[in-house]
Amino acid sequence: MSNKLKPRKLDLKSGRINLTHGSGGKAMTDLIQQLFLPAFNNPLLMQQHDSTCVPYSNRNIVVATDSYVVSPLFFPGGNIGDLAVNGTINDLAMSGAMPLYLTVSFILEEGFALSVLNVIVKSMATAAKKANIQIISGDTKVVEKNKGDGVYITTTGIGSKTINFDIHSSRIKIGDRIIISGSIGEHGIAVLSQRENLQLDSKLQSDTIALHSLVQSMLMLGPELHCLRDPTRGGVAAVLNEIAQSAEVGVLIDEVTLPIQDNVRSACEIFGLDPLHVANEGKLIAFCSEAAANDLLSIMQQHPFGQKAAIIGEVIADPYCFVQLKTSFGGERIIDWISGEQLPRIC
Amino acid sequence: MQYIDDFRNARIAKQLAKKITTTVIQNRKYQIMEFCGGHTHALHRYGLLKLLPPQIEMIHGPGCPVCVLAIARIDQAIALSQQPDIIFCSYGDMLRVPGTKQQSLLQAKANGADVRMVYSIDDALQLARKNQQKKIIFFAIGFETTTPPTAVAIKIAAKENLKNFSVFCNHVLTPAAMRAILHTSSEEKPVVVNGFIGPAHVSTVIGYQAYADIARDFQKPIVISGFEPLDLLQSIYQLIELINAANPIVKNQFTRAVTATGNQLAQSYITEVFSLLDQFEWRGLGLIPYSALKIRPEFSSFDAEKLFPLHIEPSEEHRACICGSILRGSAKPFDCKLFATVCTPENPLGACMVSSEGACAAYYTYDRLAYVKQIKTTKA
Repeated sequence: MSNKLKPRKLDLKSGRINLTHGSGGKAMTDLIQQLFLPAFNNPLLMQQHDSTCVPYSNRNIVVATDSYVVSPLFFPGGNIGDLAVNGTINDLAMSGAMPLYLTVSFILEEGFALSVLNVIVKSMATAAKKANIQIISGDTKVVEKNKGDGVYITTTGIGSKTINFDIHSSRIKIGDRIIISGSIGEHGIAVLSQRENLQLDSKLQSDTIALHSLVQSMLMLGPELHCLRDPTRGGVAAVLNEIAQSAEVGVLIDEVTLPIQDNVRSACEIFGLDPLHVANEGKLIAFCSEAAANDLLSIMQQHPFGQKAAIIGEVIADPYCFVQLKTSFGGERIIDWISGEQLPRIC
Repeated sequence: MQYIDDFRNARIAKQLAKKITTTVIQNRKYQIMEFCGGHTHALHRYGLLKLLPPQIEMIHGPGCPVCVLAIARIDQAIALSQQPDIIFCSYGDMLRVPGTKQQSLLQAKANGADVRMVYSIDDALQLARKNQQKKIIFFAIGFETTTPPTAVAIKIAAKENLKNFSVFCNHVLTPAAMRAILHTSSEEKPVVVNGFIGPAHVSTVIGYQAYADIARDFQKPIVISGFEPLDLLQSIYQLIELINAANPIVKNQFTRAVTATGNQLAQSYITEVFSLLDQFEWRGLGLIPYSALKIRPEFSSFDAEKLFPLHIEPSEEHRACICGSILRGSAKPFDCKLFATVCTPENPLGACMVSSEGACAAYYTYDRLAYVKQIKTTKA
């Protein structure tokens, strides 16, 4: 037995979708591996990245798509509109692409207030302007009352890639350093604080931002930058586990170096959550060679979205592909994928 | 957070571990049961077992409310959730606990039942107020810690005359379970317990005196312990001293929260709303007399079992699952053939793998690496 996902066979005859199939954990991986990938099988899809590079004449076009079903629609620091723009931009940026255009599709529920939709759409416009991208095409559908949850948004992003090296988990090597761009867990806790009856009086804001300008400055490092990921659903733990499995390596994180705001830590203590499992919407994790780590760290720290960047661990050899945490208490423990749903509908 | 960090100081932990090592008598064994799943998880999460001398064996007790619920109750919960017009409210952990034939509330939800995960019984009350046309059932589980909120919610529902709110009551009692473990020690594979690390949160409600009879009757010292690593190490140290001195008393390490008589207001709410059930089935421990609570007749209009009497087919545990032995303290998670192969937190075959307080989940989450290495060495 290792940490490698032992796929659980999907029961395609009488099985049903449950919430864990969307929570970014093992159940979702099973669904993708056993249902979507075999059906759509092609070399580009099989790269299995958040975005895909499409070779077109002599330019590299990058495409990514993402749906947003967050509940509640508004949370401290943003709303579903900001998320829908920034999230897809970030998916493009994680392959080193410069985002250029978005398309957007709205599924609206009968009875949804136009005033609320107006606020959400204006937030999208502001986020797009800030990111210097254009929303160039769209679609609108309305479903009957009680058949939706106000509004669901899907965005597809198109970007171009000018670098001549790959940013991909296959380039990760033993000894690589792992850098996070800032403090973790803020988006998940901000959404949680707005849930019914939790009465969490926290001043915490979601960290939702578009990360492509930070990524563009990080690309200056050149091919020593190996891989980028944004730790959204499932948090840092999910991303590190995915990476460990796809690159067939182990990961060792040092708890003392993890940047976590006190209010996130407190909220996690109260609700029994692990900040490593809590979602982020404006953070990235970078893998780079050991030699270049300090250079990359200082590049990141000079950017407004990377001021609190920190080296949090390294890639180690491990045939079992575990992610381990050196605890501040002096021990070591496994950081696992989250099982089931810790916080459903956070993005 | 400063407050919590003080109780997680690695330097002091090492000093305490050293004190424990010098206090144990070389040629004897100490079999200590930590009753609560919260303690089991803290022992593993902070790697405390590695700090303890080899004379000490920690035995994991049944203090996991999700784990001790007999499979028949899970089946009943699933059946209740499938009745017409029901919104069935449950704590998150309960959703994935497998019932007969691996059915769970999560599957019932996917099959169309309106099952909602709530963080507290208040959420269920709120749902009842907002959905007058629906019937809201709250899946009440837990030891004495979660019982007072259920009592208060039933009182509120009575006061507001909420006609669509009821409780599926599964509240169980800690001292009764401790007694049952000491009684079952005479069975085929006896569980030897020299002393208990006693519950933290339960004791804030019932007070540490509630265990005095057990300590005296069975001649077993008990130390009530907080959940942080330094709490546990200090409690183990105090318990070793009591065992060495053959002094079967109840000592309170968790002085910042637990008093001798506990929270008497909370206790009065419990007695007002609940009375003792003659007997209740526990997973692993079987039928234990006077070990659980039922809703008093004057509040029977809030008793889901009275409102929706259901016939449930006989329940069946997974044949190879050893949750029962683990809860009795007579087996450890690594002893189970299913552990981490077929049974994982994503696909739990037994309750101990589901709950955030379950022993199997603790071993899986924190000690799987050691387990993998152990298997590798054995095979080599």
